[in-house]
Amino acid sequence: MSLIVCRDLVKTYRLGEMEVRALRGISLTIEPGAFVAIMGASGSGKSTLMNILGCLDIPTSGTYMLEGTDVSTLGGNSLAEVRNKKIGFVFQSFNLIARTTARENVQLPLFYRGISSREQRTLALRALERVGLAEREKHNPAQLSGGQQQRVAIARALVTNPSIILADEPTGNLDSLASQEIMDTMTQLNREGMTVILVTHEEDNARYARRIVMVKDGIIQYDRPSSEMVGARLIPHEMSV
Amino acid sequence: MSFLLMTVLVAFRVLGRNRMRSALTMLGIIIGVGAVIAMVSIGEGAKAAVQAQIASFGTNVITILPGSMTIGGVRSGHGGAVTLTIADMEELRKIPGVAEAGWARRDTMQIVHENKNWFTTINGVPPSYLVIRNWSLAMGDFFTQSDMDSASKVALLGSTVINNLFEPGEDPIGATIRIKNMPFKVVGGLAPKGYDTRGSDQDDVIFIPFSTAERKVMGTRFLGSIGSGFLSAESPEQMAPVIDEVIRMLRQRHKLRDDKDNDFTVFNQLDVAKIQEGTSDSMKLLLLAVASISLLVGGIGIMNILLVSVTERTREIGIRMAVGAKRWHILLQFLVEAVVLSALGGLIGVGLGVAGAKAASNIAGWPTIISGKILVISFGFSALIGVFFGLYPANKASRLNPIEALRYE
Repeated sequence: MSLIVCRDLVKTYRLGEMEVRALRGISLTIEPGAFVAIMGASGSGKSTLMNILGCLDIPTSGTYMLEGTDVSTLGGNSLAEVRNKKIGFVFQSFNLIARTTARENVQLPLFYRGISSREQRTLALRALERVGLAEREKHNPAQLSGGQQQRVAIARALVTNPSIILADEPTGNLDSLASQEIMDTMTQLNREGMTVILVTHEEDNARYARRIVMVKDGIIQYDRPSSEMVGARLIPHEMSV
Repeated sequence: MSFLLMTVLVAFRVLGRNRMRSALTMLGIIIGVGAVIAMVSIGEGAKAAVQAQIASFGTNVITILPGSMTIGGVRSGHGGAVTLTIADMEELRKIPGVAEAGWARRDTMQIVHENKNWFTTINGVPPSYLVIRNWSLAMGDFFTQSDMDSASKVALLGSTVINNLFEPGEDPIGATIRIKNMPFKVVGGLAPKGYDTRGSDQDDVIFIPFSTAERKVMGTRFLGSIGSGFLSAESPEQMAPVIDEVIRMLRQRHKLRDDKDNDFTVFNQLDVAKIQEGTSDSMKLLLLAVASISLLVGGIGIMNILLVSVTERTREIGIRMAVGAKRWHILLQFLVEAVVLSALGGLIGVGLGVAGAKAASNIAGWPTIISGKILVISFGFSALIGVFFGLYPANKASRLNPIEALRYE
């Protein structure tokens, strides 16, 4: 069974009188264990696609089957539950809660599961170990470097053992060394069997993925293995940012 | 349940981060609750004191004075004419609902015991008067009907009189005092009543049999005229009908035409009590208004700070939603913060209120009564304020769109 099956996803926004069509019919299938990069310039619709894939939003029309369940018509609370169980987010700006320790940040998704605080702590420490930050559990985000903060965020995404890690420009706020570390961590997680969806406009990052989906003007421009791209420009010249 | 507990812990930590802000936010509630408790305690204490004074006058007592008095007005000529007699009172005793009838004549005189003397009020009364006016004995006995019949020279002394005529520790019972140079035997000492509602010392008094007063001490224009009459009703409900009947009967007995004013005045202790209670009730209402406004302002303060907090923490709310917080999780989180703020404020307010009431009784000497009920009610009310004023910001937080909240700078 495929992990993600999308059929004809359409998303339109109303901005006053104007109707903006962010997605104009996207069909996409992702198998478990995949490492997919979703690429596109700003305004291409890739953020909208990511929001829908991440169950933060629902499509105007079309269907989205996540692990065999149709999540394209769910209400806010059901979507929250799906996010809690199946999706781990990694954001460009880390999005850790300030003045809260690394471990408590990692614990956050478990907090909404109603499991005992002892169990929360154990799972959070294990996730921090996986990203190599167990000894920083008591540090606040402000006491951590950018790369460390992003690794805490990855631990938070991992802690629930989700079906998908959804990373939105995870290296956008990092220097090249930290970026490489984060991408290595992602690759490592994927090798361990985790499905990773990477939303990015950076070619360098997209190279880590095994499949590249290029979105332009709300439709998929192309969708092919990254091996076909070796040595070639991923983004057509006129689109590069 | 454990989620609620953890939410409470988180709320304490969040509020602990902004200690100054939290403290200032709570101030309105603290002042409101503290004021309510201090004021109610002082009010209840004052009320109890007034009630004790009123009770000391005797229960369900109706007072009849000869002469007329315009109610609440200028003419206060009661006592001016001798229009009330023992015969009147004997007749009024027969009214249904009347338990006892008594009467008195009073005069102020010098009394002497050995080398001491004291100027005080002498009351000539029948034994029933002492029952109606709720006098009890500290020592000795009341005088009896046979003392009345034989006009014996016996006296009951109030505690103030005893203190001024006798040495401390000296037993007044059986001692001889002189009134108008006549020897009187002291038969009893009265238990102190303290000051009355008008602030005069009720214990500065001597009682002698009415007949003795009439025939030997005060003299009279004609036998049986009295200075004041007293009736006790069987129950508070009987007061009004008995008063009506008293007026009707006295007018008839005094042969007053319809166009004539009463030549007597009837009033009861309930009227006095009502005036007192009216004052304390309007005072209480005023205090309640002040306290309510303070609590309202406190509640608005909480709402305001929470709205600021929701805006400040929009990003955090977005993160929480992204990792799976449902609407009610967010709603509860902010609601709990509001309730923790207001309940904590309430708790501090309760402490301050109790301390204030204690200070009022210790420093100013006011009687205060701190009831557990009011503590619980004010604390509960402050928590309710948190729920009420927290609901709007909490709801606002829970309705944020996670995508926009995550993007919020």
